[in-house]
Amino acid sequence: MSTQDQDRKEALIRQFFGALPHAKALGMEVLDVGAGQATFAMAYDPRFIGDPDTGVIHGGAVSALMDTCCGAAAMSHPDNPGTSATIDLRIDYMRPATPGQAIRAVAECFHVTRSVAFVRAHAVDGDDARPVATATGTFTVEAP
Amino acid sequence: MARPRPEPVQVVKQRRDAALKALVEGVPYIRFLGVEFERRGDELTAVMPFSDTLIGNPVLPALHGGATAAFLEMTAIIGLSWSLLWSEIESGALEVEALAAGKLPRLPKTVGFTVDYLRTGLPRDAYARAQVARSGRRYASVHVEAWQDNRARPFAQATGHFVMPRQDG
Repeated sequence: MSTQDQDRKEALIRQFFGALPHAKALGMEVLDVGAGQATFAMAYDPRFIGDPDTGVIHGGAVSALMDTCCGAAAMSHPDNPGTSATIDLRIDYMRPATPGQAIRAVAECFHVTRSVAFVRAHAVDGDDARPVATATGTFTVEAP
Repeated sequence: MARPRPEPVQVVKQRRDAALKALVEGVPYIRFLGVEFERRGDELTAVMPFSDTLIGNPVLPALHGGATAAFLEMTAIIGLSWSLLWSEIESGALEVEALAAGKLPRLPKTVGFTVDYLRTGLPRDAYARAQVARSGRRYASVHVEAWQDNRARPFAQATGHFVMPRQDG
């Protein structure tokens, strides 16, 4: 794929992911999409709270951010010709996200075969040094 | 020795339903996704009524994998909490009034959650049930299955590990 084609593809992916109804409902923001890389952010919102005792965001909202970000990384990989759907996604939670702080997810698609894209990601809040969660997932690759 | 007379069914149902309502309504994200829980005895079925805001791929259209993951995770957490509370609800040890007033039991915390996407999530209502595979003093393991039109054709399943809430408050 030429650089121009790749640039066009990345712009399309940014547009596609910026328009996903569920991502919009969660206020997700596309910060960056590159060749097999993606960075998304989600602002803190009291409606997303999972633990009313602490005000910590529900793991499900973090999953949605991770899934979206991993999907964008999978689709933006130069060896992936089409759209991708999640096959599986595993998320490990290292610590609760600090209430009030935005969550940022960074995903990297590190391998693509004819049928599967392999992705890993991590999420941080205001403290970059200590990840909130990590994810590993596999995504479908459509036949070209 | 005579068995104690069973409580009237309305009293039992009222207490169970009030406990479930308090547990579920205490979590804002469950409300945000519009998820509801139906109860038959101690069996819970989570329902996620379809809404346009749950769409991930507008072209197909399909449910967002993140909405599905969140639906499964909240079903697991409520299912696990419910199983922990059940004996207290039944014995009457749990003060339902205090629960309804916002004194919620501490919830289990997710350590890891793995979702398998088996089929495309259709733009329809989704249902899920959790099964507690192991519930120990410190850790629990829960399996969840979600389906739409056919119970025998799940569209997603998940396994999660949780750290139990501390019993000493």
